[in-house]
Amino acid sequence: MPTPLVVSDVAKSFTMHLRDGIKLPVVAGVSFSIKAGECTVLGGPSGAGKSSILKMLYGNYAVDEGQIIVSHEDGLIDLANASPRTVLAVRRQTIGYVSQFLRTVPRVSALDVIAEPLVERGQEREAARGRARALLAQLNLPEKLWALPPATFSGGEQQRVNIARGFITEHPILLLDEPTASLDATNRDVVIELIAAKKAAGVALLGIFHDHDVREAVADRIIDVTAFAPGKLAA
Amino acid sequence: MTDEPLLRVSALSKFYGSRVGCDNVSFDLWPGEVLAVVGESGSGKTTLLNCLSTRLLPSSGTASYRMRDGQFRELYRMSEAERRFLMRTDWGFVHQNPADGLRMTVSAGANVGERLMAVGDRHYGKIRATAVDWLSRVEIEEDRIDDEPRAFSGGMRQRLQIARNLVTGPRLVFMDEPTGGLDVSVQARLLDLLRGLVTDLGLAAIVVTHDLAVARLLSQRMMVMKDGRVVESGLTDRVLDDPRAPYTQLLVSSILQV
Repeated sequence: MPTPLVVSDVAKSFTMHLRDGIKLPVVAGVSFSIKAGECTVLGGPSGAGKSSILKMLYGNYAVDEGQIIVSHEDGLIDLANASPRTVLAVRRQTIGYVSQFLRTVPRVSALDVIAEPLVERGQEREAARGRARALLAQLNLPEKLWALPPATFSGGEQQRVNIARGFITEHPILLLDEPTASLDATNRDVVIELIAAKKAAGVALLGIFHDHDVREAVADRIIDVTAFAPGKLAA
Repeated sequence: MTDEPLLRVSALSKFYGSRVGCDNVSFDLWPGEVLAVVGESGSGKTTLLNCLSTRLLPSSGTASYRMRDGQFRELYRMSEAERRFLMRTDWGFVHQNPADGLRMTVSAGANVGERLMAVGDRHYGKIRATAVDWLSRVEIEEDRIDDEPRAFSGGMRQRLQIARNLVTGPRLVFMDEPTGGLDVSVQARLLDLLRGLVTDLGLAAIVVTHDLAVARLLSQRMMVMKDGRVVESGLTDRVLDDPRAPYTQLLVSSILQV
């Protein structure tokens, strides 16, 4: 089985054209790979570029330099230079993502928000809803909320919807951006269980966890992102 | 997934005398894809939409469309009759002002039924049943079927226009500011409706809007236009979350936060 994801020499900076074109380097020389059945954790202080790295791997941020090779449908694709259409196909089939915040759509129920990635992959809507119900029950989201649009939910409730949406599919790669930030201890433990199940199923996980206990429980390997600080490369 | 695009656009330009309408625009559109074209007024986005929908002929460039038989046809080489047929059957055009896309003095049911008759449907009962079905899909009560759109609110008219366009099962829909001029609550309902229909029917759509929130909600891909040129294009969330071109950064930073 090929390595699911290999990142080599990736660099990212922001050019602020509205601020006289100043350039804010974020990371440089980012190189690592992740393995199937393992949870790799990006470590380092806030502002080190952890989220930016995840967003580049999801195609949400553009990449200035380097390659992101992902194993997708019996082939290898360089996400750093892929067409929008290819990135969409990779998101549908290969890379899942749990973001920090839920972007809600007006009038769509929590259940359908969660079922959507499965429906996009061709699953029958009712079967997808069934799977969504099971996940919401596991994450202790009160049943009376399931049919409501999540826009008015509390932070912790929205995050559980987000987690369910990310974990519902069988993407071989799963990116997690602080999935437990606003959860209580019980639900943190549920997420730890969900991550363990993904590992057992051979999924390659890459995440950011500020919560020390969660990180201890799930991490197989920690990558220190400060090693990719833009200044270090020149030195 | 189909490996061939539905629409191929290459170096499309439209000049009004020495003034630039749109300049050297190229892109491919695949089935099921929604492309948002954003930019301020005068950026050329409506000119581009009108050229693509053959309501306007470009000064230069080509656009070819994959017909239902799988063959690509050059849009600007078709006869007027062929283009009109395409417009009536395989395409839809949702105008910003519903009065431009509806017949205001015939009933709601007839507005929907007319497009069906254009594709050869003749059975009155069947046409009426389909019209009722489509009105309910766009959330218009069955008992309004015999009312004229003149008696409808702005949001209802827009939903009726959408029903009229989608009833023939088009594969490509053009939309010009589909939520422009509507109240925010009506807008949200319409967007949600459009989003559902586009996903369920697997439509390809080109949506012109100056509203980045509309683009984010409806489209997977986005083109940003300024002075007739495409200054940036890519995945919608990439363009909005990591804008690269100075003009896109200005647009994104100008969004009011609520």
